[in-house]
Amino acid sequence: MDEGRGDAVLNGLVAENERLEAEVERLERALAVWLSEYEETSKRRDIAFDTISGTPVKPLYTPLDISVSDPDYLESAGFPGQYPFLRGPYATMYRTRLWTTRQFAGFGTAEETNERFKYLLNHGQMGLSVAFDFPTLMGYDSDDPRSEGEVGVCGVAISSLADMELLFDGIPLSDVSVSMTINGPAILLYCFLLVTAEKQGVALKELRGTIQNDILKEFMAQHAWIFPTDPALKIITDVFEWSSKHAPKFNTISISGYHIREAGSTAVQELAFTLKNGFTYVEKAIERGLDVDEFAPRLSFFWDVHNDFFEEVAKFRAARRIWARHMREKYGAREPESWRLRTHAQTAGVSLMAQQPENNITRVAYQALAAVLGGTQSLHTNALDETLALPTERAARLALRTQQILAYETGVPNVIDPLAGSYYVERLTDTMEEEAERIFAEIDELGGVVRGIEEGYFQRQIAESAAAFQREVEENRRVIVGVNAFTEGNEDSEIEILRITPETERRQRERLEELRERRDAKTVERALGRLEDAVRAEQNLMEPMLDAVRAYATLGEMRQALERVYGRFREPIFF
Amino acid sequence: MTERKIRVLVGKPGLDGHDRGAKVVAAALRDSGMEVIYTGLHQTPDDIVRAAIQEDVDVVALSILSGAHMTLFPKVVKLLREEGADHVLVTGGGIIPPEDMDELQAAGVGRLFGPGTATADAVSYIRDWFEASRAGEED
Repeated sequence: MDEGRGDAVLNGLVAENERLEAEVERLERALAVWLSEYEETSKRRDIAFDTISGTPVKPLYTPLDISVSDPDYLESAGFPGQYPFLRGPYATMYRTRLWTTRQFAGFGTAEETNERFKYLLNHGQMGLSVAFDFPTLMGYDSDDPRSEGEVGVCGVAISSLADMELLFDGIPLSDVSVSMTINGPAILLYCFLLVTAEKQGVALKELRGTIQNDILKEFMAQHAWIFPTDPALKIITDVFEWSSKHAPKFNTISISGYHIREAGSTAVQELAFTLKNGFTYVEKAIERGLDVDEFAPRLSFFWDVHNDFFEEVAKFRAARRIWARHMREKYGAREPESWRLRTHAQTAGVSLMAQQPENNITRVAYQALAAVLGGTQSLHTNALDETLALPTERAARLALRTQQILAYETGVPNVIDPLAGSYYVERLTDTMEEEAERIFAEIDELGGVVRGIEEGYFQRQIAESAAAFQREVEENRRVIVGVNAFTEGNEDSEIEILRITPETERRQRERLEELRERRDAKTVERALGRLEDAVRAEQNLMEPMLDAVRAYATLGEMRQALERVYGRFREPIFF
Repeated sequence: MTERKIRVLVGKPGLDGHDRGAKVVAAALRDSGMEVIYTGLHQTPDDIVRAAIQEDVDVVALSILSGAHMTLFPKVVKLLREEGADHVLVTGGGIIPPEDMDELQAAGVGRLFGPGTATADAVSYIRDWFEASRAGEED
């Protein structure tokens, strides 16, 4: 290049830069004028204008708030399916494949839930999601004294492989992916599912599905724990290790913000605590010597979708970028699949109100829209009656239809990440990422996630946010329709309710008794002995557990074998 | 009437781990001047009644979101009676359908609160009950 042309280019760039600066200045001046006029009008409604999580929000956003003309655009936003995945985890998003409608369901016995599953599949649901009862979630058999009154009540009772076989009777696990909300005893229910698939003739290499398996958020928020933190994390790493070889298409964890949020956290806390939990699992697996690119592609996420519409959209977007950045820069993952955050979402159960329950349909519809604009891969929409009981068939269908109307009638899925470029959404996305980074640093300062749990840091933060929100509602700074405003009509809110009868518990106990008689006691005993040996020898538990499952050892028996060695988690109690 | 602090035990019976409500209510009762004992999660009715007797509470407030309320509330009431502590008010809240609330109240449980309750309502309910029960004692 000759010198004259070089100078011309340089002068051109300088002129362009000056023009941009002048433009920014002009914008700033015009905005200042607008703002002073805005401030002069002093009347404001007396409510909180910040987000539901307390993030301050300006009345107006402008090009000055974002950096779309940023030369770093490709690095900070990029295109869908490309690092850092801000615009979406996949290149073609909903034009290739709509999100999976995946309604969480389970109640009563395995047969009753099997019937509900078939009902949902017949109505166009695409994947299954199993809700277990509390005894199952805590690793107790249905006939354990601690299970009394709880069998099949808030989910399906599964105490052995026999129950799991009934649960998926006539449902081909080769075609329908199954997600299971199970944590403390996740490895056990996973083994039940694997053997059920095996018996259906499905190659495990092809098996698709998800186990929640996220014990850190149980300690923080949901509290269905069994073992102390160290062995609990060890078992999760066992699942990662075994699955990367034997069931490589199965999502071995669903790192969940949902329960953290439902327990009362803000959106930013949900974002930060959850991602930090994710990083903790990654660190544990790397410590075991696993290659990050072998297990990271099977990590999946699960977000709550709450009422604050734009904050939710921004949260989904920020999460993808943070995850991608850390996985690539900090944990050295080389494969795009390891950087890509895929997520399930569920509308916020805690936002549903018992007053005028029909209003919940509207809340759920808005929340579902936010999840889709945020780019979720699968979605559960809550039913209107869930503040009172598990959903009736009719309510469950209406919740499913809410998603189908969104998917097929609104045109929303046609354009990828359509809120990108919104001054407000982009600014909020950046702010949430910055806040999350600040919280990561705070957790590191404490000595990491496990230490934070043991000291009750997360539990306190969550409880404080919950209390603050409740105060705002009671001071009428936050309006909840039917609760602290627009309460006319609250009396007439009779709706039909699903009832679980004590009959379920009786039948389930009987079935378990029959199983204990029918199976080969010696084989069971030997298998349980080998399992306990493996626990003591600190081996990977998957193979001996699969053998115990095949012998029809029960959930409670296997949990006890582990508990004898590991003991139980002790909760730090405070309020 | 002498000013004595109302003593409340907030309990989470059964296997249910949802403690947001229990903690919010416990904090609100404490902030209103009551003496609050929170038992933590996964308590059996026996654990709760033992703690209630030991702590000599006036009120046992149970939070149940697991659907097991028809088993757990009556159990706690029965055990308290067996221990001769039927002067203790058993109240609470959670995901409880209205008909179940009626049935439990008929069986000796106090008022039950559902989602969307203002904590102030729970505070004033307990306070009113306490004053009424003391007035009863003085008669």
